[in-house]
Amino acid sequence: MSNVIVQPSSTRPRKYNVIGTRPVRHDGVDKVTGKAIYAADLSLPNMAQGAYLRSPHAHARIISIDTSQAEAMPGVLAVATSADLPDPWDKTEELGEGCINYAHLSGNVLARKKALYRGHAVAAVAATDIHTAQQAARQIKVEYEVLPAVTWVLDAMEEDAPLLHDNLFTQTLGEKPTKPSNIGQHIHFEQGDIEQGFAEADVVIEREYRTETVHQGYIEPHASVALWNEDGRLKIWTATQGSFTVRQQLAELLKIPVSKITVVPCEIGGGFGGKIAVYEPPVAAVLSRKCGRPVKLAMRRDEVFEGTGPTPGSFMRVKMGATKEGRLTAAKAWLAYDAGAFPGGMIGPGSMCVFSCYDIPNATVDGYDVVLNKPKTQAYRAPGATQAALATETVIDEIAVELGIDPVDFRLQNAAKEGTRRVDGPTYPRIGLVETLQALKESEHWNSPLEGPNRGRGVACGFWFNAGLKSSAAANVNDDGTVTLVEGSPDIGGTRTSLAMQLAETLGIAAEEVHPQVVDTDSVGYTDVTGGSRVTFSTGLAAHKAALDIQDQMIKRAAELWECQPDDIQVDAGTYGYNDHKQTFKELAVELSSTGEAIVGRAAVNPQGSTNAFSANIVDVEVDPETGKVKILRFTTAQDAGKAIHPSYVEGQMQGGSVQGIGWALNEEYFYDDRGAMKNASFLDYRMPTSYDVPMIETIIVEVPNPDHPFGVRGVGEVSIVPPPAAITNAIHQATGLRMHHLPISPPRLHQAIAERNGQ
Amino acid sequence: MATGNGSGWQVRHWTHRFFTITTITTGAGAFALQNFQYAAPTTVDDAIQALSEHGEQAKMLAGGTDIIVQLREGMCEADAVIDIKRIEELMQLEYSSRVGLQLGAGVPCWKIYQHAELSVAYPALVDATRIIGGWQIQSRASVGGNLCNASPAADTIPTLIAHNAVCHIAGPQGRRSLPVEQFCAAPGRNILQPGEILVALTFPPPLPKASSAYERFIPRNEMDIAAAGAASWVQLDDTGERIVKARIALGAVAPTPIFAQEASSWLVGQPVNDETFVEAGEIAKKVASPIDDMRGTREYRVHLVGVLTKRTLAKATHRAQAE
Repeated sequence: MSNVIVQPSSTRPRKYNVIGTRPVRHDGVDKVTGKAIYAADLSLPNMAQGAYLRSPHAHARIISIDTSQAEAMPGVLAVATSADLPDPWDKTEELGEGCINYAHLSGNVLARKKALYRGHAVAAVAATDIHTAQQAARQIKVEYEVLPAVTWVLDAMEEDAPLLHDNLFTQTLGEKPTKPSNIGQHIHFEQGDIEQGFAEADVVIEREYRTETVHQGYIEPHASVALWNEDGRLKIWTATQGSFTVRQQLAELLKIPVSKITVVPCEIGGGFGGKIAVYEPPVAAVLSRKCGRPVKLAMRRDEVFEGTGPTPGSFMRVKMGATKEGRLTAAKAWLAYDAGAFPGGMIGPGSMCVFSCYDIPNATVDGYDVVLNKPKTQAYRAPGATQAALATETVIDEIAVELGIDPVDFRLQNAAKEGTRRVDGPTYPRIGLVETLQALKESEHWNSPLEGPNRGRGVACGFWFNAGLKSSAAANVNDDGTVTLVEGSPDIGGTRTSLAMQLAETLGIAAEEVHPQVVDTDSVGYTDVTGGSRVTFSTGLAAHKAALDIQDQMIKRAAELWECQPDDIQVDAGTYGYNDHKQTFKELAVELSSTGEAIVGRAAVNPQGSTNAFSANIVDVEVDPETGKVKILRFTTAQDAGKAIHPSYVEGQMQGGSVQGIGWALNEEYFYDDRGAMKNASFLDYRMPTSYDVPMIETIIVEVPNPDHPFGVRGVGEVSIVPPPAAITNAIHQATGLRMHHLPISPPRLHQAIAERNGQ
Repeated sequence: MATGNGSGWQVRHWTHRFFTITTITTGAGAFALQNFQYAAPTTVDDAIQALSEHGEQAKMLAGGTDIIVQLREGMCEADAVIDIKRIEELMQLEYSSRVGLQLGAGVPCWKIYQHAELSVAYPALVDATRIIGGWQIQSRASVGGNLCNASPAADTIPTLIAHNAVCHIAGPQGRRSLPVEQFCAAPGRNILQPGEILVALTFPPPLPKASSAYERFIPRNEMDIAAAGAASWVQLDDTGERIVKARIALGAVAPTPIFAQEASSWLVGQPVNDETFVEAGEIAKKVASPIDDMRGTREYRVHLVGVLTKRTLAKATHRAQAE
C-alpha cells in the first residue's frame, strides 16, 4: 500500500511527537480477544428476553391486535404494542446526521394504524426465555387489511400511487399543495442563468440513472437491554452511535425527562449512520416497565435487513454542458430519492452534493423526498452523496471523452476551490480537491499502463461535508502521571485513540499514557452523535482544550510550588521549566498529586460548519464478457484528511468506504417481489464484498490542513464511499464500451447490456 | 428434562435402549433452536430403527451444516436428530483404481480433496468439495449430506451425476441402489422412504484418457450459492483428439440437479475443439428450466449453462489430455 503524504507548499508543516504516528489502539486487545462488551453480551439478574412480531405485508391497515393468547402463555411477562407508547408530538429535530420527526419515529418503532413495509415492527413480547418470547410473538393475532404497495420511487410519485400517509403534504418553496401525496419535500437550488449556461456549451450530455436500495451492513445487529426501575429511572445499554441522541429520542418517545434516563453505549460493531435513530430501545423500555425486569431485545440479521434503515434507492437525471476548451458552463439535476416509509430521507445532502466538486456558474438542482413501502431510510456513510456522484461523475467522464480531455485534467480544470460558491449556497473556505486530484495524477497507479483485453480504468471524485457539533470531554490526571480521558463519542472507527493522541500531543506525553473511556450519559457532558465524520475533529477539539485546561492548572500549581508567577513558567513539549526547575509532565503530576487538589481538565465545544472532505479514486477492472462479472484489478483512493492523526485509521476509513462503494457498485441490492417482500434478507444473498472480491485498496493521504482546527483535522470517515461506484462505472465503460446507468452493475445486468449491444 | 432459560448449553444423558438421547437447548443468543432429542447410533440397523420410531419428525445429522441452520431458522422441525457419524460404514472412504471409490455418506469434504489419488481419479468431485463453504464447513459437511439435502444448487450433485455415481440406501425393507440422477425429487426433497438412510455412494473406477471438471457461477468469489453449475466428464480416444464418451450434469437450473442426456450423447465421436464445446453447451441449455430469483434471471441462468458447459468440457478435456 502506498501512502504519499502531500504537504501543500502554502503551509508550514508542524512537527509533532504523537500525531501522525501509529500507536496500538487502546481498545484493540479487548476486541481481538473477544472480551469487549457489546449490548447483546449483557446479562443482568432476572433479565427477560424480548422478541418482535413484524408485519408480513408491505402495506396494510391494522384492524386489530389481539395479544391475549400470547399473554396467557406460561413464561410470558409482557406484550407491547404502539398503544403502550404515548401519543407522539409532531416535532422535528436535527440529530447530527439528518432530522428526526418524533411522530414518524414513534410510528416506525411500533406500527400505529398501518404497517408501512414488510418487517415493520407491530408488537413485541418479553418472556423468561427467548424460545417462549418468539413463540408468544407468533401467537399475537393481527388482523390486517392488505393495501397495494409501492416500492419504486417513480411509481410512488405517480398521481394514482398507493398513498402511505393521508397527512403528508409536500414541503416546497411554492404554494402548499391541497392534496396529500407521497412526496415529502421538493428541494430547489439554483445559481446563474441555466439557459444561458447551456447555450454557451459546445457539448451537452444528459443521462438518467437508477440505483437500488442498499444496507449499511454493520456486522452487529441492533441490541439493547432496558431496565425501567421502580423509582422511574430508565437505564439502557445499547449499540448506538449517539448515547445522548438515544436519550433524547427516548425522552420524546416515552415523554419522560432526559434527566430520568441513562444511556450506556456499549462497544459497537459498526453503524455507518444506521445506528442513530432508535428501534428497539423504547420497545425494550416499555416491556421493562410493564414486567418490572430488565429486558433484552436483540435483532436477527433478517430483522436488520427488513426492519432497519437502508439507504435510498434513487432515480436521477443529470445534464451538464462544457465548452470545447473543457470549461463547465451549466449543470442541471433532477433527483428523486426514496425515503422509505416515512419522509425525511437523504435527498437534502444528495441535492447539496450533486455538483459540489465543481465550479459551475449556472446550475439548478431539484430534489424530491418520496415515501414508499420500504423500511425508513437512514444515513449511510456520506448519505445521499454516493448516488449523486454516480450521476455527475459519469456525465463528467462522458464529456471528457467527448472532448478528448484527460479525465483527471478535466476535473482539475473545473475543480471547486477556495472561494467557489456551491449551487446550494455556501462558498468554500480552503479545501483540498485540487491537491487530491493532483496526488491521483502523480500516483504510480495513474502512471502505470493498463493492458489486456476487457480491461478498463476509471476515475471519479466525491465530496462530503462533515460536521462540527457539540462535544464534551474531561481529563483526570492520575497520581502516577497518566491521564484518563472521559468522553462521550461511541467509538466506531478508532476515535478513542485519535482523541487520546490529540490530548497526548497537547500535554507532551505518549499516547499510551492516556486511558480513553467512552462513558454513559450521566458521566460526561453532552456530546452529539458519532456521525458526520465529526468525532476526531470536534471531540478531538474538546480533548485538545481539556488538555490545555490541565496545562493551565499544572502551570498555576507549579508556580505555587516553585514560588514564581505562572507567566514565568515555560512549557515545551510536556516539560515544565522555571530557572533551575525542570520537570516532565509525569514528574510534575506525581509531585502535584501529593500537594493539593486533583487536576481535572474539562472542555465543551460546539464548532459550526463543515470541514469539507474530498476523495478521488482510480480503479482498474476486468470484465468477463461471457458472464458480465467484473473483477476489480487495482484500486487507489486519495483523500484529503486535513491532518491524519493516526494514519492507519485514516487508511482504514478510506479502505472501508472504498469496499462498501465497490459492493454498492457491483452486487448489493434489495430484491423485492411484486408484493414488496425482500427476498434476500441475509448476508448469503445480500452480496457485500468478501476479502476475495477486492484487491488491497491502495491509499494516498493528502493533507491540506483545516484552518478551523488546531491540528488541521478534517473529517475522514465518510467521503471514501462517494466516488467508487462512479469510478467503477467509468472503468466498465472503458473495458466494454458500455455506459451503465443502473446500480448495481451485477453480472446479469452487465451481461444483458453486452448481449443487447452485440445484437443478441 | 432440561428446559431453556437462555443460560447456556444444558445437556442431560440417559440410556434409551441402545443409544443415548440428549436434550439440547441453545444458549443466550437471539436465535431459538427448538428442543429435540439427539441420538448417535453405531450401526445402520440402529439408525434405521431410531428413524422409524420418529417418522417424519426425525432428521439425520452428518456435518450439520444444513440441518442445524434449518432448525435454527425454523425452516424445518425435528423431534429427534440422529447423528450418523458414529456408524463406521457411513464414515468410510475406500479407493482403489481397480474397484473405484466407496464414499460413506458422512465423510466430510476435506477427506476427499486431501486424498492424493482422488484429485486425479475424480477431479470434478474434488473441484466441488473445495468450493463448498470455508475450511470450517469443509471439515464438517459431507457429500452424502449435500445429496440428501437435495438443493437444486448443490455443488457436489452434478459432479456425482457426471461421475456416474450410485447411491446405496438401507431401510426397514433392506438395501437398494440407484443412480444419483434419480435420487433428488424436488427442491429439498429426495426419494428416501420413511426409515431409509443413505449409506454410501460408489463411483466406477477411473478410465484411461478420461477426466472431469466442475464450475459454478457466483456473483462474488466466495460465500455464495451457485446461480448455475456444470460438471463435465469426458473420455477421449487414444489420440486425445476425439470424445469417446461424455457425461454432463447441471445444477441450479431445474428443480433438481439434472443429467444433460442429449448433450452427453451428442458428444460421442465429436472432435475436441471449441466448436464442439460451444455446441454441447447449446444442446445442454435445452434441458435447463431455471427460475427467476435474486441469484439470477431465467435467461441469464440458461445462458450460463452454455458458458459453464463449454468451460468445464474444455477443462475436463485438457485434464484428460494431460494424463
